[in-house]
Amino acid sequence: MYVAVKGGERAIENAHRLLAHERRGDRSVPELSLSQISEQLGLAVDRVMSEGSLYDRELAALAIKQARGDLIEAIFLVRAFRATLPRFGATEPVDTGAMRVQRRVSSTFKDIPGGQVLGPTFDYTHRLLDPGLAQGGDPEDPALAATSDVPMPRVTDILGQDGLIEPSPAAEADAPVGDLTRDPLSFPAGRDLRLQNLARGDEGFLLALGYSTQRGYGRNHPFAGEIRFGEVEVEFFAEEIGFAVPLGSIELTECQMVNQFKGSATEPPCFTRGYGLAFGQSERKTMSMALVDRALRARELGEDVIAPAQDEEFVMSHSDNVQATGFVEHLKLPHYVDFQSELGLLRKLRQEFADANAAPALKEAAE
Amino acid sequence: MAVTTIELQPGFADKVLAAQSTFRTVMEAMARPGQVMAVDDEVGHPPSMMVGVAAVALTLLDQDTPVWLDDAFASASDVGAWLKFHTGAPIVARPDAASFALVAAPAALPDLSVFALGTAEYPDRSTTLIMQVPSLAAGESFRLRGPGIDGTTALTASLAPADLFARLSINQALFPRGIDVILVDDRSLVAIPRTTRLAASGV
Amino acid sequence: MNAPTYNFAYLDEQTKRMIRRAILKAIAIPGYQVPFASREMPMPYGWGTGGVQVTAAILGPQDVLKVIDQGSDDTTNAISIRKFFAKTAGVETTTSTDAATVIQTRHRIPEAPLRAGQVLVYQVPIPEPLRFLEPRETETRRMHALAEYGLMHVKLYEDIARFGHIATSYAYPVKVNARYVMDPSPTPKFDNPKMDNCPALQLFGAGREKRIYAIPPYTSVVSLDFEDHPFTRYKFDAPCALCGAEDSYLDEIVTDDKGSRMFVCSDTDYCEGRQAAGHRGVESAAPHKEAVHG
Ligand SMILES: [Zn+2]
Repeated sequence: MYVAVKGGERAIENAHRLLAHERRGDRSVPELSLSQISEQLGLAVDRVMSEGSLYDRELAALAIKQARGDLIEAIFLVRAFRATLPRFGATEPVDTGAMRVQRRVSSTFKDIPGGQVLGPTFDYTHRLLDPGLAQGGDPEDPALAATSDVPMPRVTDILGQDGLIEPSPAAEADAPVGDLTRDPLSFPAGRDLRLQNLARGDEGFLLALGYSTQRGYGRNHPFAGEIRFGEVEVEFFAEEIGFAVPLGSIELTECQMVNQFKGSATEPPCFTRGYGLAFGQSERKTMSMALVDRALRARELGEDVIAPAQDEEFVMSHSDNVQATGFVEHLKLPHYVDFQSELGLLRKLRQEFADANAAPALKEAAE
Repeated sequence: MAVTTIELQPGFADKVLAAQSTFRTVMEAMARPGQVMAVDDEVGHPPSMMVGVAAVALTLLDQDTPVWLDDAFASASDVGAWLKFHTGAPIVARPDAASFALVAAPAALPDLSVFALGTAEYPDRSTTLIMQVPSLAAGESFRLRGPGIDGTTALTASLAPADLFARLSINQALFPRGIDVILVDDRSLVAIPRTTRLAASGV
Repeated sequence: MNAPTYNFAYLDEQTKRMIRRAILKAIAIPGYQVPFASREMPMPYGWGTGGVQVTAAILGPQDVLKVIDQGSDDTTNAISIRKFFAKTAGVETTTSTDAATVIQTRHRIPEAPLRAGQVLVYQVPIPEPLRFLEPRETETRRMHALAEYGLMHVKLYEDIARFGHIATSYAYPVKVNARYVMDPSPTPKFDNPKMDNCPALQLFGAGREKRIYAIPPYTSVVSLDFEDHPFTRYKFDAPCALCGAEDSYLDEIVTDDKGSRMFVCSDTDYCEGRQAAGHRGVESAAPHKEAVHG
């Protein structure tokens, strides 16, 4: 006798037990600690913090451990936690010009005030697998230089002094800060919401879109004006006491692209900007973001919207990997009811097709 | 520095569960226009504000919902402070900027066109009126029809302004734009969403 | 570390207020999709986050909750969501359609008629009925504003030209209160007539797409069709193999590697209720032929 499937609850519990077992792996191998992840898989933690929209290295490390290293799953865990946190307000804008820089490169000028600082980078490493690293062991101590008090103005600020680049939009101190996690998005969206969307957006998606602009799908002649990575202070204006109090410092990567110029009969030509910002050291993400930000400014700058990267609805609706992974993976859920409906319809259409094609033959036979 | 101390009335005794049960009452009211529903939660309220209005305000208002007060509420010394303290809702002078309008003296209700009526693309961006009326138990009889009503339903009420349903007939021409109204008498409330039509009325 | 603590029914009160306001507008404008600031929930987008947020915003300690997926209380996602609310809200749960005050569903409307006072909460993946004809939100919003639904009729008519029938068997579009064209969620069109003039309140939540919409009780819901091609309700010729029901939607079950099949009610509560009342079907039946009934 046929009995309908039961016991789903038990199956779920057992599946989760098995997941925990697999996550731990071979129990004779020492278990990962959060500090190991945070210290030794730091760029994974940076990505999870950025796309998870929550600056907390320990929680990001926990999410990576819990997700077995699946970074999109880890981002999802952090987002779900973030959604439940109370909001006390918005911080003051951070001043990246005052960043304590660990790395800073410009591709537009050979030398700049404050100099080029290579810092910790994969650039110019030869991508040869390192057997020494497989063995383990402590690396050499880093070479240190005396701390410098030389200011490091942003390259775009230097260009801005001569009016060679469009001014950065002046922040309106009293304007409300847009937040697409608190207000439903509607189109067209302002640049603040676009940048928020890109900052939370999937690195791979932005990378592909940014790349597509370089290959001619919305080309915008980019130069990496500056990429800088380091620590900035975060301040919060406390209404009760009437001044901004420091909350601490965070690590950020900022990319400012200098793009093809605009100009008209009434306005002198000047370069335009594309902007990228992310938590931690996330250069690929911020560079891609800056390319896409610039591409999305097409309408504002009077350019034709012809390429995917310039299409605000397309980009913003598909950049979020938590949304995307949920909907793609929901195809795993049962769909027997809708499938049954399609099956019934298809059988009927096939039957009618067979009847219709059989009919002339019968007619011929009768003649 | 001169400080005026106003003894503020409390809000809900149980914030989470009272808001839930009041919401269900309002939701049922909106889903069944013309039916009288009762708010039965324990709730503090300024003397000039009916229990039902206070409960609905505590349930739906917060810092994201600009609220407009009619002259009677605006001139009551404690209403603005009570709302600000318990809900954080910004009080606005322009009725068309308000998500909610609280009306203590409905006889003096301004023309409905001063409120936000939504747009064709976003008809939900409209003001919801919450009005204290003389009675939702006795008075004139109104026969209503529309979504949420099985055929027609009878509402017996003493309304102010007396021509409220005539004024609400703008909803027919404007739909899907329009204005939704919650009528309150003490603990009783009745919702008249923009889809409800007056089929007949009499004494 | 910040150890998380959660509110009654998981969502914080500010989020609940925002969703509650959207629900009221949705009821006031039947079939119109109200944008809402959907939150990231602890289950994936596309797995019922919209329905879960709506349920969390309305649920109270007095409620009795039923959760179904594909008509069944026992599918894993239904169990997972039911457990979520049992844990975060401590509400009583049930598998009985009749005993439930709130029913969250994915892809089905229960067979037993719903009554006044009940709320049916649908999980919706793509709320926009025009989305597959026009991918742009800016465009579809304008089409709804102008009640410009010609594109939908053209699509349905093209089906007729090609297949002889309207080739939509689930998520079959409806017109609500003679104004908005609405997506009923991917329910089979068999269920469409149940939405019309229903005594219960029907709420629809789309989390990823950030929309809430509603059908108030006793509201006209008409499946789109043409005079010469009226809407028909797909129905099976055979009764349920377990309970003998002739009026229910059936799941097709492949019973062996030779392709033998049997058909049983998709609504497990309905089927079990009928069996408990003594109704029997032939428990192992040959493949059935489907046919269309008006
Ligand atoms: Zn059955």
